[in-house]
Amino acid sequence: MFDWSILKPRLCLLCDQEINQKISWMSLLMQEQETPVCADCFTKFDPLRGELCQICSRVLSAEFRRGSLCLDCHRWEQDPDWQGFLTENRSLFHYNDYMKETIAKFKYRGDYAIAEVFSPLIKDALLTLAFDSVAVIPLSRERLLERGFNQAEALAITAGQTCIYPLARIHTEKQSKKSRRDRINLPQVFQITDPELVAGKKILLIDDIYTTGSTLRHAAKALKLAGATEIRSLTLAR
Amino acid sequence: MISPHTTTPYSPHLQYHLSGRLLLAAEIPFPSELLTEHMQAGYVAAKVGVIRENGKYQCSRCSNRNQQLFYTFPCSLCQKNCTYCRSCIMMGRVSECTELYSWTGPELHFSIPPQVMAWDGTLSDGQKTASDRVIAAVEQNEEVLVWAVCGAGKTEVLFKGIDTAISNGKRVCICTPRTDVVLELAPRIRQAFPNMDVAALYGGSEDRHLAAPLTVSTTHQLYRFANAFDTIIIDEVDAFPYSMDISLQQAVQKAKKQTSSTIYLTATPSRQMQNAYRKGKLQAVTIPARYHRKLIPVPTMKWSGNWQKQFQKKKIPLQIQSWVHDRIERNIPILLFFPSIKVMKACLPLFQNIEPHLLAVHSEDPERKEKVTLLRNREVPGLLTTTILERGVTIPRLDVAVIGAEHQVFSESALVQIAGRVGRSADHPTGNITFFHYGKSEEMVKAVWHIENMNREASKRGLLDV
Repeated sequence: MFDWSILKPRLCLLCDQEINQKISWMSLLMQEQETPVCADCFTKFDPLRGELCQICSRVLSAEFRRGSLCLDCHRWEQDPDWQGFLTENRSLFHYNDYMKETIAKFKYRGDYAIAEVFSPLIKDALLTLAFDSVAVIPLSRERLLERGFNQAEALAITAGQTCIYPLARIHTEKQSKKSRRDRINLPQVFQITDPELVAGKKILLIDDIYTTGSTLRHAAKALKLAGATEIRSLTLAR
Repeated sequence: MISPHTTTPYSPHLQYHLSGRLLLAAEIPFPSELLTEHMQAGYVAAKVGVIRENGKYQCSRCSNRNQQLFYTFPCSLCQKNCTYCRSCIMMGRVSECTELYSWTGPELHFSIPPQVMAWDGTLSDGQKTASDRVIAAVEQNEEVLVWAVCGAGKTEVLFKGIDTAISNGKRVCICTPRTDVVLELAPRIRQAFPNMDVAALYGGSEDRHLAAPLTVSTTHQLYRFANAFDTIIIDEVDAFPYSMDISLQQAVQKAKKQTSSTIYLTATPSRQMQNAYRKGKLQAVTIPARYHRKLIPVPTMKWSGNWQKQFQKKKIPLQIQSWVHDRIERNIPILLFFPSIKVMKACLPLFQNIEPHLLAVHSEDPERKEKVTLLRNREVPGLLTTTILERGVTIPRLDVAVIGAEHQVFSESALVQIAGRVGRSADHPTGNITFFHYGKSEEMVKAVWHIENMNREASKRGLLDV
């Protein structure tokens, strides 16, 4: 039967208002890729632009850089315990107030559909990154049962990726309650559940936010020590 | 057979927490074993959060049936593809694998203080008629519309009805679509009913676990209630979003008991409600006059040419300019209503050329309240605003202009409400309200007619001082 719902204007995933999209015979026949958000909402996000840190995508400022790296990444790379584990983190947006609000609704209220807001952009970004397999930063069991889904996995799945699950969390305490120093000085947070999944492979890690980079670096270190060759990451915001 | 209720003891704390509610497990701060025990004893019932009927989803909490506002995701809790409701997601996710709990055990009774009401003010003649009608509705579990002009003193009309209800052991809820109104109403209600708990409910309020004989709530928070209230009063019944949102209307239906009274309160009933009243399907009582017994100022309509074009050229139409000038010179506080945030923001610098201290407010403005206070305290000469300030603002000596009054956002009811900002205080019962337009709209004409009609009825009923 003909699905009449394609004639209905789609609702913006963020404001629930109808998206003004021209309906033509062509768009009906081709079932064109529809945008999941309206222009008004989309422009409230702030894309990362300008000269970015070659590792972590931070916008570089004159006083906070060493060559092509930001000061933070420079420090990581000077540290013999940490250098070379994370090849690159690609981030899409600034973590501005609107992004904060959106991610809060996504992961704390549990609105899984919001992952679709970003899937077209994540798909585009994936095309420009070199990897063999996609893995996500895992949640503790407790957190997973509280939320009902892993927000990083939701971003990967809605972008059409099949994930591998080589990592498990050892610690359960919430990251957001800790300071930068606490986070960096933590003992290993992740353990490898299945080294065969990663041995000899380039792994792309997906997560929602890049804050200090310590979560991703801990994961990258664990993966690399288990035999992965290169670790990159893709995060929504930083 | 002996009913389980008589054999098993129950937790009064759980009874208190869950009576009249419809809550997620995460909203019930008791051990899950306690909940299970009470379910086995028949004191607590669980309902599936999202149900599917004939292939269509429906939310058990907010009654949402808009299929576009459901989403199916791989759920880690039920290990299946699970559908949840996006309409009420801000209150926590309700899905096919979540349950909503309600109390089915013995009814909760509140202790009633010997003196329920402390308010001892006097009512105007118009208020008295309406107040008696409200009392009757409460006693006979009826539905009634109180159609009271802006400035009639609606809240006082409720007090005796609430007193009657509470004194008879009934649970009462006053709800309104807007958080602002809850915040303003709750302290007044607490003052009038000082000897008991009054719960004020809105997104993020501290009273959310408080079960009280008298609740003041946003219509949104009623999603968390079922079968709770004997008397429900809906203030500003025609206001956004309640009037536009079927699921909020269903929330109100769900929150009241099967046998209950409903009181609708507004200055501007929707056409639907007006029709129901005229056809005799809805009983109503009108208060056509303000409590200060003076006429409501009737709007003046003034053609101001193609205001949009003028504003684009960074000019204010002359008629509007001289109106504003005149008020600034005479030191009269003003509110200027604009059809959209966009137009208003573009116009702000133009008006600030006339008077640099003018400010603008809109729905997303976090300093909205502070700015209105500034105007009330005469610290700023005027505000530019969107329809967000159409209700609930009382500023003495105010004059009001609507710019682009023919725009579709200015419905009859919006215009009547806006006009209702003028001449509210007894000391200054007059004032100017002007609709500036580029071609009158039907809604403008209806708004003027609406106000003239109320003035006529007030005069006929002898509710005005000549």
